[in-house]
Amino acid sequence: MSGVRVLVGTRKGAFMLTSDGKRSRWDVSGPHFAGWEIYHVKGSPADPDRLYASQSSGWFGQVIQRSCDGGKTWETPGGGVTKTPGGMPAGESNKFVYDTSPQTGKPLTTHQWYDGTQHPWEFKRVWHLEPSRTDPDTVYAGVEDAALFRTSDGGTTWQELAGLRGHGTGPKWQPGAGGMCLHTILLDPKNAKRIYIAISAAGAFRTDDGGKTWRPINHGLRSQYIPEPTAEVGHCVHRIALHPSRPNVLFMQKHWDVMRSDDGGDSWREVSGDLPTDFGFVIDVHAHEPETVYVVPIKSDSEHYPPDGKLRVYRSRKGGNAWEALTKGLPQRDCYVNVLRDAMCVDTLDPCGVYFGTTGGQVYASADGGDSWAPIVRDLPAVLSVEVQALP
Amino acid sequence: MIRVVLPPHLRTLAQVQGEVTLEVPGAGGVGGPLTRAAVLDALEARYPMLRGTIRDHVTFQRRPFLRFFACAQDLTHEPADAPLPDAVVSGEEPFLIIGAIAGG
Repeated sequence: MSGVRVLVGTRKGAFMLTSDGKRSRWDVSGPHFAGWEIYHVKGSPADPDRLYASQSSGWFGQVIQRSCDGGKTWETPGGGVTKTPGGMPAGESNKFVYDTSPQTGKPLTTHQWYDGTQHPWEFKRVWHLEPSRTDPDTVYAGVEDAALFRTSDGGTTWQELAGLRGHGTGPKWQPGAGGMCLHTILLDPKNAKRIYIAISAAGAFRTDDGGKTWRPINHGLRSQYIPEPTAEVGHCVHRIALHPSRPNVLFMQKHWDVMRSDDGGDSWREVSGDLPTDFGFVIDVHAHEPETVYVVPIKSDSEHYPPDGKLRVYRSRKGGNAWEALTKGLPQRDCYVNVLRDAMCVDTLDPCGVYFGTTGGQVYASADGGDSWAPIVRDLPAVLSVEVQALP
Repeated sequence: MIRVVLPPHLRTLAQVQGEVTLEVPGAGGVGGPLTRAAVLDALEARYPMLRGTIRDHVTFQRRPFLRFFACAQDLTHEPADAPLPDAVVSGEEPFLIIGAIAGG
């Protein structure tokens, strides 16, 4: 293992941080795509030099960037590289068009709006890019307004997996405060046909046939803030995580409540236990200990900062319920940052590294499973996402 | 040849510096009237990474925070197939694509 590379998406560009296996000294490069919102950057598990970035702007919309050399250079796939038979560049890499074809059965054109009326689906941006575990050219994209897209040509063209929006509950989905985004995509490492996704504010969904058909998996969730607290859909799921060795066990940070499922999402039970608050955004699982889970409690849905001005990661070694505060190296006074849903990750080194980024522009890392922390960069724009790659 | 000025972020995306010059039907008074639609078609054909960044892929609607100017006139709300000013057609003046000053 030669080292690690941390991929950071921020409100004003992307940054890459590299270190050796000790993870004590870091080199920072960036900003890449300066001035643009970078919701997510992620590398292919099948080829660590293949990176994908979601670049967006309120002015210019969505762009997808791809690197084939570990981030040294970037290209817009299809943007002048790919030629159609007629000789015109395809230029499709930033084209996300909802599937309304008759072949998908029931083209769906509306979802629930804030006032309860129906509202047409409108593409806004890509929140999350999830590369295939086996094919560097295949990537899933979770977008706002909520839908799942897939490319199998390295990001040149994108097609919607329309069975998700069309399975029947779509008209009941509604935007959360951050928009109606599909933000979590988990590819089951043991079953190539199974994918979990989550949407704010609709809930969690699962396919067992590679994305053709979907069903809600929200039984056991209870959300007091919706008219029917145990409804099939409408829950504001913030993030789901799993351990690759045990993909049937899921951990969820919901708007309020930390939840666990031991049956692939068929049922959920609360494991908030002794957390100081069970509101939060991020959740992740230790790379080598499937029962060790991390969250960052946030005071409330109207006060998006840590309780008491103390930035604390909470770790459970028992799969939830019993949590310990991890504070060493983290600010324990006057800290009022947030940690957004895609801004925590773990590496696969031993000891396991844990990383998270804040809206205050710090990225904190622990090279000992969370026992101690240090900022590896501290004055970036607000951090939207953090991913890490273990480099061969 | 007509001249097009892109906002800085789109220059970076298209990997160009300064103005872009394009051969467009209608430029120089040849091949019918020069229109905004023709200019954007030619721009996106030359720089396909710009597709979707100025107007929608499917509807060709202008993105809300972009505006079009030429010869000190705001042409944003002119029809896409309306003739552009003679000075743009001749290449004397550039066609300007401007990002709105809108915070952020």
